[in-house]
Amino acid sequence: MVYTLIIFVVLGLVLGLILAFASKKFHVATDPKLDEIVEALPGANCGACGYPGCAGCGKAIFEGQAPVNSCPVGGGPTAEKIAAILGVEASGSAVPLVARVKCNGTAANAQQVYEYTGANSCLLAKNSFSGMKACNYGCFGLGTCAAACPFDAITMIDGLPKVNPKKCTACGVCVKACPQLLMELVPQIQRVFVNCNNLEKGKAVMEGCKVACIKCKKCEKACNYDAIHVGLVAAIDYAKCTNCGDCFRVCPTHAISMKEGEVVVTQPVVEEKSSCGSCTGCSSN
Amino acid sequence: MSSIGFYLGLVFSGIIIKNVLLSQFLGICPFLGVSKKTSSAVGMGLAVTFVLVLASIISFAFYYLVLVPFQLEFLRTIAFIIIIATIVQLIEVLLKKYMVNLYKSLGVYLPLITTNCAVLGIAILNINNGYDLLGTIVYALGSGLGFLLVILLFSAIREKLELHDIPKALKGLPIALITAAFMSLAFIGFGGIL
Repeated sequence: MVYTLIIFVVLGLVLGLILAFASKKFHVATDPKLDEIVEALPGANCGACGYPGCAGCGKAIFEGQAPVNSCPVGGGPTAEKIAAILGVEASGSAVPLVARVKCNGTAANAQQVYEYTGANSCLLAKNSFSGMKACNYGCFGLGTCAAACPFDAITMIDGLPKVNPKKCTACGVCVKACPQLLMELVPQIQRVFVNCNNLEKGKAVMEGCKVACIKCKKCEKACNYDAIHVGLVAAIDYAKCTNCGDCFRVCPTHAISMKEGEVVVTQPVVEEKSSCGSCTGCSSN
Repeated sequence: MSSIGFYLGLVFSGIIIKNVLLSQFLGICPFLGVSKKTSSAVGMGLAVTFVLVLASIISFAFYYLVLVPFQLEFLRTIAFIIIIATIVQLIEVLLKKYMVNLYKSLGVYLPLITTNCAVLGIAILNINNGYDLLGTIVYALGSGLGFLLVILLFSAIREKLELHDIPKALKGLPIALITAAFMSLAFIGFGGIL
């Protein structure tokens, strides 16, 4: 009995002392700021930031590999706390973002060239002859983004992902998940969007999809703020865009949409004279 | 008893016949938790093998040098627990100081081993089965390799399962448990060979 006590007290003491000694002797100096940053993060270890846990995210922020607003869960207040620790401005992080999809290729709009019956993965569909759609740049509608979303913010409606802005935390998981690179994070106040990612020329595009960008540059001419440019596909510079909707009204294929309040409008109310918008897109081919 | 055949048998039984995961059901937590990616599964398997061998040797020494002379064999479980916990902590501190790359690749799995009952289980089994020092090392190594083999196979299957159309109710952990059950059936089939 006495031996039991003595042996286990000694064992505990010796092991404890060894550990205490080791942690002093082999101590690796870390910057106290790193600990403070990890402390400021929510500590939920949800992984929405893309790093393994809050400690990983804190480390990336500390090393300058990630912005101070990397934590989608903590949002603004956490970003401010971390910015204060690092002594930088939290500016730029003030613009709240939301995810959206750059495609309007529903079953009715985009032509299908074959019936895909493989596994429910956009990546596999992409590897099967660049997907089942005539357009090689559009959404396959298999819901890889919806499955990837850690916040259940994406639902598949009519073959396209629909982002619920109330649930979306702009964590960017869907942006990485989409093999077609169709998801993007945009400012929440932005209301006008280009719903096409097809990089081919007008004629080839029109054969595959009714609502694709045909590179006619009408939007570019209509814009008074130099905010929309047609490179390989029309793209809006969200920093310059005033959401006036001029480009939305001139787009002959309705590839540009506009949000009126909560409702997304894809076609302007104004009656079109004819289906040909005299865009000269056909002659360029 | 101490022929080469005996030790080969110990390795074989550790890896396949008495596999820690699928025949003895020890260390199921990391088996299910760290088997989503093959790369991390290999890391976990190697870390467990390393700690298993080291912990078995030290528990063996402590048992025969301290507990047996004082007739305290009945307290081996609690003694082994604190010894294993200390070893894992010590290894973590040392790795962090001297082998940063290995420390980073093992990451969160190293502290997880503290609570891995496979390590404690093998340390106690070594004593219960009355192995000598070489037998202890060989059996611990075999068990560790068995752990590595099974977690690697399991993670490879789980990676494939991710791509398949699984009924919604079975997605994730349920299908993993069913897979583990089938693998266990296959491994239990080896029982009684040695």
